[in-house]
Order: sequence, then structure tokens, then C-alpha cells
Amino acid sequence: MDTNKFNMTKEEYKEYVDKKSENSPILKNVLLAFLVGGIICIIGQVVTNCLIAKNIDEKTAKTFSTVFLIFLGAFLTSFNLYSKLGKYAGAGSVVPITGFSNSIVAPAIEYKAEGYILGLGSNMFKIAGPVLVYGIFCSFIYGVIYYVITMIR
Amino acid sequence: MKIGKQTLKLENTPKLLETSSSVGPKEADGPLGNYFDIKVNDIFFGEKTFEKAETKFLTTAINNLLQKVSLQNDKIDYIFSGDLLNQCIASAYSVRDLEIPFFGLYGACSTYVEGMILASILVNSGMGEKIIYSASSHFCSSERQFRMPLEHGNQRPPSAQYTVTGAGCGLITTSKIEKKAPFITYVTPGKIVDLGINDMANMGAAMAPAAVMTILTHLEDTGRKPEYYDAIITGDLGNEGSEILIDLCKKNGVDISKVHTDCGKEIFDTINDRDVNSGGSGCGCIASVFSGYFYQKMKEQKINKVLLVATGALMSPISINQGESIPSIAHAVAIENEVN
Repeated sequence: MDTNKFNMTKEEYKEYVDKKSENSPILKNVLLAFLVGGIICIIGQVVTNCLIAKNIDEKTAKTFSTVFLIFLGAFLTSFNLYSKLGKYAGAGSVVPITGFSNSIVAPAIEYKAEGYILGLGSNMFKIAGPVLVYGIFCSFIYGVIYYVITMIR
Repeated sequence: MKIGKQTLKLENTPKLLETSSSVGPKEADGPLGNYFDIKVNDIFFGEKTFEKAETKFLTTAINNLLQKVSLQNDKIDYIFSGDLLNQCIASAYSVRDLEIPFFGLYGACSTYVEGMILASILVNSGMGEKIIYSASSHFCSSERQFRMPLEHGNQRPPSAQYTVTGAGCGLITTSKIEKKAPFITYVTPGKIVDLGINDMANMGAAMAPAAVMTILTHLEDTGRKPEYYDAIITGDLGNEGSEILIDLCKKNGVDISKVHTDCGKEIFDTINDRDVNSGGSGCGCIASVFSGYFYQKMKEQKINKVLLVATGALMSPISINQGESIPSIAHAVAIENEVN
């Protein structure tokens, strides 16, 4: 390839582009992520506390709170509001369980056009799939370590 | 006739008789909104899926073109068309009912000029008299093919671009036709250039070197200076890619900063619109902006000599996931109101 017009190697070009490109506003992104992520967690905590105050046992209250947040994520996604939130919040709206819900509902809406089985059914876990695979794999490893530690004790 | 390294001089100077464009709501609201032929308020264009909507954008633009020149489709010799979807379905379904001999093209965002070049060469050689070329893209169908589902909440870096929803097409005819229209004088098909960029959110940087190569080669082959042209128009380098293009050209002793403009920068308000980041992209970007805005400026003789350079990034999500970098291409065509 006649790249001598540029007088630069691929490495040099990469460096040049890195210098040239505008960086993401990290401080702003981190602060917004912290705020939005925190608010979502507070909502979850408020729901849990309200239920405990109504004499529901802690375990049930936590489960209900999780279900509520999953619903909230799905609900906002279906009105195309979660993607708008995500644009500003970034990791703040991806990491909490509402983000997990969003990552399943979004492809479900998108791929419905190809039918319920080959479209929706087979693409629903396109984004969440890897999270599940490695999440379950990690919990298996964790389980083994936990088992070994309790045996030694 | 081939001149220099890779430029063709079209001695019979085919005419770009007419163009036609269609765009979606965001493009219609943009700074060039008034110049497009067909503006559609509905991103679905009344269809059930985004792919069908894109097809309709393209069909509408082609039909509008036929209407503008008052020709029936059986008077058209060939049609060249391409888009970004797998297997170029927007083009195939658009042309399905037209009954015009069809060549499907894939040149990513360079497709519009690729089609224009092929149509011009055929007309120049006398193999056809009336040939249509066209290209389209749709924000939603591209997002789903190349990136994430639309409703997924994620962030884009400032270098990312926003795919244009729209289509554009034009009719190339022999210069014998009386009607006043710009001529195609030179075409410079590009070579693939790959300087190792593998970030799909930074297409401008990936494609800029290809544009540099093609523009410099064109100027060398034709012996022209950048100032010869009233405008050197690139397709969708965006803010960042444009800066790199001008910078790299300068390093080679060619200053195009006074005449350069980029369709991706023009179509959206990149300063105030947070969503578009570095500018527009996609086949439909140069297709709608040139067919709509610049062609009209040429007809009004506000600009008379144009070098139109469409850049394309020829990767797929599969090749990127397999660790490949982005091979890029740029095709150039010289369009002029006067032939000497």
C-alpha cells in the first residue's frame, strides 16, 4: 500500500488520532453516573424501607424492591425514556438492575419485527446474555471457593 | 481516457441532468432542511419496520427523480444503487417494482459517488444514455445493524457520528440532451487505505486517510490546484475527520482548508445538537446533502466547480469483533458547470 503519502506508520497515526480526538468529559460523566446510579439505589432502598415499615419481613421486602426496579427499567425503556437517561447517566443507569432490565427489553422491542420466535425470542438476551453467562460462571467459582474454605474450617 | 495514476477523463462529459432527495425528521429540522425535495415527519414513513421505511425513502426519492425529468422507468437504461443493510436490501426492494436493469453496490458511505462514477463511465462510453444512481441509509436500521438496539441506554464518545436518515439519487445522461445541467468531467476511483484504526466510534479518523489519498491523487493526475474548485466536498468525515483531512493534506503541501466542506458537518447543527456528536454519516448523508443542497447551489451557479469525495468504511461488526481494523475508501468525481 502506498502510504508514504502520510509519512507515518500505523502506530504513529494512532498516536496522532488519539491526540486529535476530543476526549469524553470523564469528570462530568463520572459525576452524573454517581448521581443517577445513587438515585436509583435510593429509590430501591425507599421501597424496601416502606415495606419493612408495613411489617413485611426483610427478605420479601428486598425481593419486591428488586422486582419493582426491574419493572421501572422496563417501563421507562418501553417509553424510550431509559435511552435518554442513559445518554447522560452512562454507567449510572447501566450498572443498577434497571439497566439489566433495559438491556433485555430494548432488543425485545427492536427485534419484534422479525417475529416472536426468531426475532424477539432469540435476540432478547443479546446484550444481557454475556452478563448472565459470566455472572453465573463467577458465582460457581465463588461457590467452590466458599465450599473449600468452609471445609478447611 | 485514463490520465495519471488512477483518474479517468470523461471526454464526452456526461451530464448530471437532475437529482432528487428525501430525508427524515431530524434532517429536515437541520440547517439544510429547506433544500431537500421530500421531507418526512415520521421515522417509520408509515411502515412497520425500519428496513421497510428505508426502502420507502429510497423509492420515493427515485420516483420523485423520474417525475422531475418526466420520464417513464422504461426509458432508463440501468440503475446503480446501494445502502448499508446486509445484502443491500433497501436497494433491492426499492428497485423491485421499477423494472430497470439493476446493479447493486456496496461501498458503505462511498456508494453514492461509486454509483455516480460507474453510471458516468457507462454513459461516456456510449453503453447507456440515461442511468440512475442512488443510495440510502436510515438511522434506526443502521443502529441495529452496527451498534446497539435503539432503546438501550448507552453513551457515545464525542468522535461518534449519527447516521443520516435519507436517500438521494441522480440521473446521468449524454451531453447531447439540451437542458442546462452540470457535467461530469473527471472521476478518480479510490484505493483502500487502512491506517489501523479499529474504533467503530471514530469513523472520521479511519476514513480521513483514504480521502487524503484520493484528493491528492486526483489533483496530481489532473494537474489542478485545490483553488481550481469552488468546493471540495467530502461525504461524512464529521468534525474530527475533516480536521485530520485538512491537516494531513497540509503536511503534503496542499492546502484545501479554504475550499473544503463536509456533508456530515453541514447536515446537522453539530455545535448545539448533543446527539449528533461529530456529525452525520451513512450513505444517505452525502446522497441527500449533495442531491438536495449542493446540486441546487450548482444550478444557481453559486458554485461552479465541485470535487465530490465520498468516503466509506468497509468493515462489518463481525470483522471488528474478530480484531480487524477498518479498511477505508474514497471515490472522487469532478462536476463542473462549464466544459472547456
